[in-house]
Amino acid sequence: MKIAVCIKQVPGTTAVEVDPVTGTLKRDGVESKLNPCDLYALETGLRLKESCNAHLTAVTMGPPQAESILREAFMMGVDEAILVSDRKFGGSDVLSTSYTLAQALECSGPFDLIICGRQTTDGDTAQVGSELAELLQIPHAANITEIHSVEDSSISATTLLPGSLMKITMELPALIAVDESIAEPRLPSYKLKLATADRSIKVLSLEDFADKDETHYGQSGSPTRVVRVFPPEHDIIQERWEGTADENASKLADFLENNKFLQIAR
Amino acid sequence: MTHFNKLTPSHIAELKKLASEVITGSNIHEDYFHDELAGTPHPPEAVVRPRSTAEVSAVMKYAYNNNIPVTPRGQGTGLVGGSVSLYGGIMLDMTAMNKILEIDRENLTMTVEPGVLLMEIPPAIQSMGLFYPPDPGEKSASIGGNISTNAGGMRAVKYGVTRDYVRGLEVVLADGRVMELGGKIAKNSSGYNLLQLIVGSEGTLAVVTKAILKLIPLPPKSITLLVPFPSLAQAIGTVPAIVKSRTTPTAVEFMERAVILAAEEFLGRSFPDKSADAYLLLTFDGNSTEEIEKSYDEAARICLDNGALDVFISNTPERNEAIWKARGAFLEAIKSSTTEMDECDVVVPRKLIAEFITFSAALEERFGVRIRSFGHAGDGNLHIYILRDDLPREKWESTLQSVFDALYAKASSIGGEVSGEHGIGYVKRPFLKESRGSDQLELMAAVKQAFDPKGILNPGKVF
Repeated sequence: MKIAVCIKQVPGTTAVEVDPVTGTLKRDGVESKLNPCDLYALETGLRLKESCNAHLTAVTMGPPQAESILREAFMMGVDEAILVSDRKFGGSDVLSTSYTLAQALECSGPFDLIICGRQTTDGDTAQVGSELAELLQIPHAANITEIHSVEDSSISATTLLPGSLMKITMELPALIAVDESIAEPRLPSYKLKLATADRSIKVLSLEDFADKDETHYGQSGSPTRVVRVFPPEHDIIQERWEGTADENASKLADFLENNKFLQIAR
Repeated sequence: MTHFNKLTPSHIAELKKLASEVITGSNIHEDYFHDELAGTPHPPEAVVRPRSTAEVSAVMKYAYNNNIPVTPRGQGTGLVGGSVSLYGGIMLDMTAMNKILEIDRENLTMTVEPGVLLMEIPPAIQSMGLFYPPDPGEKSASIGGNISTNAGGMRAVKYGVTRDYVRGLEVVLADGRVMELGGKIAKNSSGYNLLQLIVGSEGTLAVVTKAILKLIPLPPKSITLLVPFPSLAQAIGTVPAIVKSRTTPTAVEFMERAVILAAEEFLGRSFPDKSADAYLLLTFDGNSTEEIEKSYDEAARICLDNGALDVFISNTPERNEAIWKARGAFLEAIKSSTTEMDECDVVVPRKLIAEFITFSAALEERFGVRIRSFGHAGDGNLHIYILRDDLPREKWESTLQSVFDALYAKASSIGGEVSGEHGIGYVKRPFLKESRGSDQLELMAAVKQAFDPKGILNPGKVF
């Protein structure tokens, strides 16, 4: 069984400033890291590797320095790594990113199972997984909280829906995006760091793809137009209430109910 | 010390004129009767919550003139009864004096009132690139309490303890006089160091009303290594080699699987690794990723050479949180796993920690009682918890006494001390006497007499 895990390099902190002129994130000098949600995808893949003897490939799309997160994936136990990197992929939106990844997976596969994280902490759309599966024309499910079994031709798992859980079975090949409740990610291992220091990383560029039409990639392949990027407004309001414990308690209950933090059964 | 006066309605009426908030009778919350380790409740007769040094001074002067005992208290998170009013009287709850008064970016100091919480300090200074290194596990403790016990914490290996970061104090003496000790100065050879006498005096010499803390530039990068070992002896046996290498970790903690499992259950979240019986937790800080990688590389090799199963690297806030959240919950997790417990906070020379831990682990079988431990392997300070579970009261008390006697005797025989960072309070007094001897205790009593001739400040504590 061959499994691919899609991972991404994101800014190392949430306190990234927005350039007021260009409206883009100021990434210069900001440390980067492996997208936290993808750690759960890697852990899911690693557990399947252990239980089903699967071969695990980590795939990332990004600039050459994104190699560092693939090295980290090696340190967690991934067998193989692919860096999808080409200047022509720059400025990709969700659709174009999904299309590029689909091309990369098609020319390096076939994979029986593709695992994604819930979303990235920079783009935050949570759509790449689903779009990728649609482009590859394979079944997919998001918010997977548990995998029950993986057979030769099917996977059964539980997906989290608003207010309920649904048990599903899908034919393979399939794609899943996992929820953070699925498993606690392991830490990178120093022993594996030493063991994989010389392991090579496969680099894929436009040249390697079946579809070499430049207009399908990067900015030109992206229908999304970002009008403006701005940090969300946030405010801290402090109030001080004087009164007896009972008065304050009922005031607090009213406050929480009125502001929809909780619903009080009456 | 039985000459104290009980509070009368007229005393209380007077106190209400002197302080902003005076709580009496059934309005005194039961939390004030004990500290974090509970034990026998000791209700104060009045709780006074001053808002200023002038109020503290007025209350002390009144208490002094009327022979009323005064017990200063911060958040009550102590573990040895230091902030419990054994003789009733006034409890001076300092938590309403909780303002950060100044952050001096030129002198690298911050001036705080004693009720400021430890957890409030980093958010106030981090964005300025400043750092207050002492890092006791209990982040909801007040800085006044930290000063009173000379709290240590995890970063002591590299940075030292609270004492090393107190530059100046404003204190109120037993008779109400206000005094400033030290200041925003880096050196001082001007007479006896009264400032450092107050630090760690557990509220028996004076009431701290203001503190000038030393800050250092914040090391921008840090990394944690979680190192699994086949046995606790191997884990701890590796510590001296790490400490004497050139790697300078900021923290070297040890933990056992049983404690990790208890923390998992307590927090309802899983720990990144629990395959091994014992772990070391090492942190490194520095100015760049390269600098840190260099030092952790050497430490990682030392661990592997000494039988570590692997070395796991935690290099992001999410990963660190998963580890340190569990580490921070150990005490509460152990506490919630049993009916009652007591602790031993000895400190021994770090070369002998392995010997001490092996000794304490053997007591479990010898006395038929569950014992859990974790602590600061890098500085020799251990936290050993003796758990009551189902033991009947009498059996529990006698077993506890035997275990304590054995632990403190062993610590003393290898050059250790009774308390590394929690203090003596009233619970550990007999052991202090045993370990320090009467000459030293007489000297301490003479110091106490000089500061507080009537003995009204936190009576019954330390010695």
